[in-house]
Amino acid sequence: MRTFSYVRATDVPSALSAIGTGTGAKFIGGGTNLVDLMREDIERPDTVVDISGLPLTGVEELPGGGVRIGALTRNSHLAAHPLIRTRYPMLSQALLSGASAQLRNMATVGGNLMQRTRCAYFYDLAAACNKREPGSGCDAIGGFHRNSAVLGASESCIATNPSDMSVALAALDAAVEAESVRGVRRIPLADFHRLPGGTPHLETELAADELITAVELPALPLAARSRYRKVRDRASYAFALVSVAAALDVQDGVIAEARLALGGVAAKPWRAREAERVLLGAPAGEKSYERAADAELSAAAGTPENGFKVELARRAIVATLRELEGSGV
Amino acid sequence: MTGEQANTVEFELRVNGEAVTLRLPPQVSLLDALREHLGLTGTKKGCDQGACGACTVLADGERINSCLTLAVQYAGREITTIEGITGELPRAFVRHDGFQCGYCTSGQICSATGMLAEHAAGMPSAVTGQHPGELIDAEIRERMSGNLCRCGAYNGIVDAIREVASGTAS
Repeated sequence: MRTFSYVRATDVPSALSAIGTGTGAKFIGGGTNLVDLMREDIERPDTVVDISGLPLTGVEELPGGGVRIGALTRNSHLAAHPLIRTRYPMLSQALLSGASAQLRNMATVGGNLMQRTRCAYFYDLAAACNKREPGSGCDAIGGFHRNSAVLGASESCIATNPSDMSVALAALDAAVEAESVRGVRRIPLADFHRLPGGTPHLETELAADELITAVELPALPLAARSRYRKVRDRASYAFALVSVAAALDVQDGVIAEARLALGGVAAKPWRAREAERVLLGAPAGEKSYERAADAELSAAAGTPENGFKVELARRAIVATLRELEGSGV
Repeated sequence: MTGEQANTVEFELRVNGEAVTLRLPPQVSLLDALREHLGLTGTKKGCDQGACGACTVLADGERINSCLTLAVQYAGREITTIEGITGELPRAFVRHDGFQCGYCTSGQICSATGMLAEHAAGMPSAVTGQHPGELIDAEIRERMSGNLCRCGAYNGIVDAIREVASGTAS
C-alpha cells in the first residue's frame, strides 16, 4: 500500500479542516472498504483523515417518532438497536444480511453509504473501467457480468451498488445529513447515489469536502411490518443478486400504502416508485403484486448473462409482498 | 523507501493486556502490526481482503478483521489475539476435530469468542426472529459465516462451539 499522511480528527470541525477541499484526501471510518481499495491501488489518497473517534455514534428518537442515527454507528450496533428492530425491521434485516459479523462490527453507517462497487473489472487494474479511469472503457460489457445492473445502466458502466443497508434506507425515505465548511445540508437518500450516465466515476451527491454526520429516518408506522429479502449465491456472507425491501399496509383487503426498493439491480438502491403506484389502492393479492413488479421491471434490460435477474427480481418482489400480506397486523 | 521511513506515526496499543508502543508507517494494517512488528504470529493472514476471517481478533471484546484496518486506528484500544484467549474453546476445538490444517483456527476461535459474547448480549443474526433464543446450529453457522475453513472442518467447528455454548464442556 502507498503511504499517506495520517490525521486523527477529534471533532467535526477538525475533520473538516483536515480534509480541506477534499482533493487527494479521504475520510476513514471502519476502513472495511477503503483499506481494501488502497491495498489494491484503486484508491490513492495523499491524506487519510481518521474520523473513527468522532462522537457521532448515537441512535436517538426524534420528536414525532423518527430516528436519528449517528454516521459512525457500527452496522452491528444499528441492527441490534431496539428502535430499529421494532420500528424499521427491514433495516435491521438488511444490515444483518450484509457482510460478516466481523465486518458489521467495523463498518459504519456513513461508510456503508459510500462503499464502492464490487464489479471485478473495477478491481482489476489491467481492465478498462470508466468508473476507475474515466474514458478508458468498460470491460464488464461483453465480459463476465452476471452480477451487473439491469436497471439504469449506461454504455459507460453496468456496475451495481453492493449495499444492503441503503436499499432499506431508500424504501424508508431516509435523509443523509452532510456537513462542510459551507454548513449542514440534508440529502434525500433517493437522490444520494447517482446513476452512471456518462460519468460513472461520480457516484454520490456528496462533495469531496463533505462529511456524513447522520442519517435520519422519518416516522413511518407501516415500516413496523416490513421485510428485507436477499437472494444470493450462498446462504450467508455474499452480495445480493437481487434484494427487496418492502413495507405494506393493507386495510380491508386494499393496499393503503406500500414501500418498495430493490438492491443488486442498479448503480443505486432502486426505489420502485412505479410498483408503489400500481399497489396503491389495489386489492391485496398475488395479481396486484405481479402487476406491480411488471410495471417496475418493464424498463429493465438484461443480457444473456444477467437477464435472469429480471425474473428473479419479479419473483422476489411478489414473494416479499405475499409474505408481508400474510404476516398479520 | 525513505519516504515511508520518514512518514511514521507513534501510538500505543494494548495487546493481550499489555501496553506496547509502536512507531509505524500509517498504512500498516493491524494484522501486519501484530504479526510483523509484535511477533504475534498466531493471527493468520489468509486473503488479506476481508473474505476469509483468518485474521479475526477482538477489539474491546468485539471481533473484527485485522487485515481491513490500519493499526494506528486502534490506538488506545484493547486487542485480544489467539495468544490472549483463555477458556474452553481451544480445548473443545481439539476434542471435536474442529480443524485439519489449522490455518483458520486462530480466527475461528477468536471469532467464536466474540460470537458467544454477542449472542449473550442479545445481538440478533439474519436467522434470528425478533427474540434471539437458543444458539441452535443454524444460528452458529450463520453467525460464523465470516470464517472460512478450506479443509471443511465445519461440522467439528459447530460441535465445538455448541458444546461450549451449552456449558456441557468438561
